[in-house]
Amino acid sequence: MVNYIWVFMTIIGIVFALINGTMEEVNKAIFDGAKEAVTLCIGLISVLVFWLGMMRIAEESGLLERLSKLFRPVVKIIFPEVPTNHPAMGYILSNMISNMFGLGNAATPLGIKAMEELKKLNGGKNAASRSMVTFLAINTASITIIPTTVIAIRMNYKSTSPTEIVVPTIIATILSAIGAILIDRYFYYRRSRKG
Amino acid sequence: MELISLISLTFIPLLIGFILLYGTFKQVPTYESFVEGGKEGIKIAVSIIPFLVGMLVAISIFRASGALDALMNWIRPLTKAMGVPAEIVPLLIIRPISGTAALGMTSDLIAIYGPDSFIGRLASVLQGSTDTTFYVLTVYFGAVGIKKMGDALKVGLLADVVGIVAAIAVVALVFGTK
Repeated sequence: MVNYIWVFMTIIGIVFALINGTMEEVNKAIFDGAKEAVTLCIGLISVLVFWLGMMRIAEESGLLERLSKLFRPVVKIIFPEVPTNHPAMGYILSNMISNMFGLGNAATPLGIKAMEELKKLNGGKNAASRSMVTFLAINTASITIIPTTVIAIRMNYKSTSPTEIVVPTIIATILSAIGAILIDRYFYYRRSRKG
Repeated sequence: MELISLISLTFIPLLIGFILLYGTFKQVPTYESFVEGGKEGIKIAVSIIPFLVGMLVAISIFRASGALDALMNWIRPLTKAMGVPAEIVPLLIIRPISGTAALGMTSDLIAIYGPDSFIGRLASVLQGSTDTTFYVLTVYFGAVGIKKMGDALKVGLLADVVGIVAAIAVVALVFGTK
């Protein structure tokens, strides 16, 4: 699926450029896109090193385990295939909590760690497991409590109430998270019926 | 507002302090553990590069060629029929594809229509309540070497649609459509 989408976007873009005469922009876009990707990854090194270092301490001290114990009932419903005492639980939770506080740069390393643990659970296969798809769905729905960036933008443009969107954002994000979980369940049952 | 910004300002330093104190209390070799964990971060960041380069180049080509604009024009009658304001459509399409572009569009919409207008509020809620599905997918699966994504993309994009509908409905209900 991703292979097709990837090729589709590129080919349609090139065909469009041929028709519209935007070849110059496309040429520039190829190298700008590649450069942006590398810049993004280099930027990620700092947060990844820092947060994975911190999380190693949290893991070795048993803090992650305590955290997962606390929220176990909820997460167990969403991720029925993850054993309760598995480290994946702790990483999934820390990722969700970071997302809730709008700490995107802390959430990414934790999310990657969670994926790693889920892959181990799945026997190291290179195909996405049920839990991985669920985890991804929840992440794309991004449960937010404090949308810090948006509040900052609103303040910049002199909103009379920059934070008035906080509650609506929370409601919308909860609805989309529930939607994500339901859609994920639907696809899971459809898959398992097919065998 | 002050309380919220205070919380978000102090959250990370407090969390770091807490992890370090807890680790020391449990007699973890904190600094050595930190370094060991950090080493993993470099490996992960480097391993994502090819995934992200591939995806971002395709997205850039698609956008720069004008294909994205055409897609938006093509979708517009459909979204209009569903009651979505035309101004917001580009943001809806960009949001799952590119985080930086979406952020740029959100501030653009807020700048043009004002933060306290329907469009401004809708853009704010949309920006806050959804995420860049393609980026999350590429980075998370890329970092751990998942090649078969299964239903992940479909589920992620459908969840985005739910998020968009929810955002429009909530904003319209709470603030009205002015």
